[in-house]
Amino acid sequence: MTTRPEATTRPAATMPKAQNTPSGTPTKITQGSPTKGGIGESTLRPDGTLKVTGEFAYSSDMWHEDMLWGQTLRSTVAHAEIVSIDTSEALATSGVYAVMTYDDLPAEMKNYGLEIQDTPVLANGKVRHHGEPVAIVAADHPETARRAAAKIKIEYRELPVVTDEASATAPDAVLVHEGRDDHHIGHVPHPNIVHRQPIIRGDADEAAKRADVIVTGEYVFGMQDQAFLGPESGLAVPSEDGGVELYVATQWLHSDLGQIAPVLGLPEDKVRMTLSGVGGAFGGREDISMQIHACLLALRTGKPVKIVYNRFESFFGHVHRHPAKLHYEHGATKDGKLTHMKCRIVLDGGAYASASPAVVGNASSLSVGPYKIEDVDIEAIALYTNNPPCGAMRGFGAVQACFAYEAQMDKLAAKLDMDPVEFRQLNAMEQGTLLPTGQPCDSPAPVAELLRRVKARPLPPEQEWLTAGADGTSVDVRALPGGLSNTTHGEGVVRGVGYAVGLKNVGFSEGFDDYSTARVRMEVINGEPVATVHTAMAEVGQGGVTVHAQIARTELGVNQVTIHPADTRVGSAGSTSASRQTYVTGGAVKNSCEAVREKVLELGRTKFGTYHPAWATAELLLEGGKVVTDGGEVLADLADVLEGEAIDIELEWRHRPTEAFDLRTGQGNGHVQYSFAAHRAVVEVDTELGLVKVIELACAQDVGKALNPLSVLGQIQGGTLQGMGVAVMEEIIVDPQTAKVRNPSFTDYLLPTILDTPTIPVDVLELADEHAPYGLRGIGEAPTLSSTPAVLAAIRNATGLELNRTPVRPEHLTTT
Amino acid sequence: MDFLRPASWEEALAAKAEHPTAVPIAGGTDVMVEINFDHRRPEYLLDLNRIGELSEWEVGQEKVRLGASVPYSSIMDHLRAELPGLALASHTVASPQIRNRGGVGGNLGTASPAGDAHPALLAADCEVEAESVRGTRLIPIDAFYTGVKRNALEPDELIRAVHIKKADGPQQYSKVGTRNAMVIAVCAFGIALHPETRTVRTGIGSAAPTPIRAKEAEDFLNAALEEGGFWDNGKIITPAIAKQFAALASGACNPIDDVRGTAKYRRHAVGIMARRTLGWTWEQYRGAGRTLEGAA
Repeated sequence: MTTRPEATTRPAATMPKAQNTPSGTPTKITQGSPTKGGIGESTLRPDGTLKVTGEFAYSSDMWHEDMLWGQTLRSTVAHAEIVSIDTSEALATSGVYAVMTYDDLPAEMKNYGLEIQDTPVLANGKVRHHGEPVAIVAADHPETARRAAAKIKIEYRELPVVTDEASATAPDAVLVHEGRDDHHIGHVPHPNIVHRQPIIRGDADEAAKRADVIVTGEYVFGMQDQAFLGPESGLAVPSEDGGVELYVATQWLHSDLGQIAPVLGLPEDKVRMTLSGVGGAFGGREDISMQIHACLLALRTGKPVKIVYNRFESFFGHVHRHPAKLHYEHGATKDGKLTHMKCRIVLDGGAYASASPAVVGNASSLSVGPYKIEDVDIEAIALYTNNPPCGAMRGFGAVQACFAYEAQMDKLAAKLDMDPVEFRQLNAMEQGTLLPTGQPCDSPAPVAELLRRVKARPLPPEQEWLTAGADGTSVDVRALPGGLSNTTHGEGVVRGVGYAVGLKNVGFSEGFDDYSTARVRMEVINGEPVATVHTAMAEVGQGGVTVHAQIARTELGVNQVTIHPADTRVGSAGSTSASRQTYVTGGAVKNSCEAVREKVLELGRTKFGTYHPAWATAELLLEGGKVVTDGGEVLADLADVLEGEAIDIELEWRHRPTEAFDLRTGQGNGHVQYSFAAHRAVVEVDTELGLVKVIELACAQDVGKALNPLSVLGQIQGGTLQGMGVAVMEEIIVDPQTAKVRNPSFTDYLLPTILDTPTIPVDVLELADEHAPYGLRGIGEAPTLSSTPAVLAAIRNATGLELNRTPVRPEHLTTT
Repeated sequence: MDFLRPASWEEALAAKAEHPTAVPIAGGTDVMVEINFDHRRPEYLLDLNRIGELSEWEVGQEKVRLGASVPYSSIMDHLRAELPGLALASHTVASPQIRNRGGVGGNLGTASPAGDAHPALLAADCEVEAESVRGTRLIPIDAFYTGVKRNALEPDELIRAVHIKKADGPQQYSKVGTRNAMVIAVCAFGIALHPETRTVRTGIGSAAPTPIRAKEAEDFLNAALEEGGFWDNGKIITPAIAKQFAALASGACNPIDDVRGTAKYRRHAVGIMARRTLGWTWEQYRGAGRTLEGAA
């Protein structure tokens, strides 16, 4: 028997690097585990320690001998014709290898886009938003590249800007995109509207007559940034066959590939992509950023080109969460039953379409929230404006709607003099409830139970700032609004409590072919069976690689699982977004493992079938490196079954198909699965200064099945905090006159610090969805929905103010 | 850009005399941000980090001579008793990493109205020790701030130290930001009671083109305290006095609307902070105040 080599007994070990790859590029991760480490266990992430100790190689850390640095020159105005571009001085700069503008693009295709290819790789005679890429430079030093870019002279002729619905849809409005020919233009009322989705069900006007109370509200949701900590970065290396190797931090390799290759004029097999270390995403890496620019410069110069944005550029380098204006009307009978809902949601998509059509689909179809309302009249639109482009961000569309409908629920409960939680529970959807699209919810929907759980928690103690000192004579300002800024010692401080619950779809909807691919290989190495899982799934920090190893251990009964770097040599895994990866790529890994297991058993039957009748008659499992019967009898070692053979299977896997929403009625089975979370927020508000301290954000969420309970907790706490951020501080501020971004830095785009982070107790329910692998539910987004309105409700509770806007700022709370 | 690295204070003064446009750099917490974002590209950077004495302080009979590069974290750790207002202000400066690097000299050199130290320095009363090859002078803090990001230094002068009056009474400092830590001031207020002279001094940050004192508020309060015999009888300050003090502090502001807040809010908040900090310091003077945990 072979002795197990020492390396494999470590929790994580990395394979040696291939010689020609740049430093800092991903390597295989072999995860061993002293325990079984299957699904349901909180196995630790292979990247966790490396990230905490600063050793993890992010995409910005990559280095290649002889590489150049790319720099982007961006527009300083929001809307203008480009009269002229003079690159001569930049080109003449010592150390500069290439300067490229629109005229240098090599292929017929010069645009890209997730759904509508409306985004020029480099500005084509016109810029449509502040910070649009106009030219790119490659030089032998980043500072040289930056200075050369600054020497490019661009003459702009400024155009009027459209920045909101009124200016964008005015009869004489300047068109952001002239000559649109995309598939939405036929059904939108104005060319500055990207997409419109109405949903009509029942008769809202008729049902309104049954209402004893009607409440209306106008709500405003500010522009949030994903603010991932690893800025956009990547390295393009030209290859000998005329193609290019691109190492990049992204959310979806194959979607990038489909947009990159046509612009380079290359077939997709000549653009080979590998995922490099991703420092967060939250939707902000769904769109192309520096990918095409780096490849263009690499192919032009014949040298590897690295591009890394700094934080300032990052604010212009990716799309943001759609700011929204939402008008809602709800009615209820005096015994608290909702009668109808009418809403109109206007999302600002900014200058390019990005994910706007899908955001409209979500906002409209989820606008009613987790409530039973049969009569609805819904309309959602996304605008084209000269504001920064907006697209995917955690919970998109659903987040904005949840903020508004939950404010409405509180207004209704107040008007009916009912408890806000009981009112919600009375109207909560359940399994079987029809959504406004006519689609039934066919898995557990424990909305009332989630609310019950957060409400049942004991409240955190009052006035904790007084209990810090032993003798009760001191004040701990860290427990007060204003924190270390020492603005109150209790004066003006009022506590408030608020509740919210939300509904998010999981996976890509509206008929999208939302498949994933997994390649699973099983072989014997050093006498031990090892599984290799190869997918193109972007690990952006969500913990997908951990879960894949757990699935492989569970399905294949092996201890050692190697996670192959994600690249485009395997089929698409779809996007790491929409709470979908554990469901879809996890499902694909499970499916491929099952296929491998069948092959292993076939092999076993061929080899050993004659020695034991159970090979033919019993249910056989793979456990602990052995083939066992369901009765626990060991039939063979996997090592003996496989011997020198490797079983290697790549399969696509699909969840149940969905349908498009009808363009006039919004009816259709558009969604795959739903995810529910509820929050209770406890805040202390300094009512005189308008400062807020969120004390506690308790969450209850149904996760179907927690494949990795520790990761589940991390997702829920992270989502909760991101929702809190946009409740009290996070906002990109755009000047309404110039459409220019006013705070593109972490100095003035404020993210919660650890002192702003409340206690986040989490209550996890596991009610299986029988349609999903292991019964699991996508979890990443739901907590981001209800967190924001819960905090707002708590602040309203403390202050008595109406607060129809998020984030809430001190001047709103002090009406100054 | 040339990088000058004087080994001694004398060498630094000589370098500054030779290159008056040289930008002095110590902790670099402000200058490096400007350079990294290419907001400025000085011809010369004058690195003061080799001059150890700039990071030292002396506690004298009446004053603390605080070296220009003494980091905020040292002020918090070692000078709480002598400079309580400045210690509180120091704790609101950015993050622990920045507090380990940044010092009062940088705040004064930049002279941004949002500099956290200014209101505390104005309230405590101090003089800036400015030196050049021509000699040394002490610039009263009241005459130091001359315009938006402008100060009274001559082109060949460097800040060597700040001579800050040791606290002879309670001091407080409050700062409003829209985050509970690590935030640039929307506005700030410092107050210091000076029982020895029976005066109160104040400082306001981020609510005017320069850091300012709320002089009318001080004059009103000083008169009211004297008239009511408050310094001797230690009575609770009447709400009417506190209210008027707050209103005058508010009125001293000349703020702008910007991305961090509105002018109206700044005026409002300064008034609230003035009223509260007056209450805290006076309660402490009377011997009834609460101590602070978690803040310097």
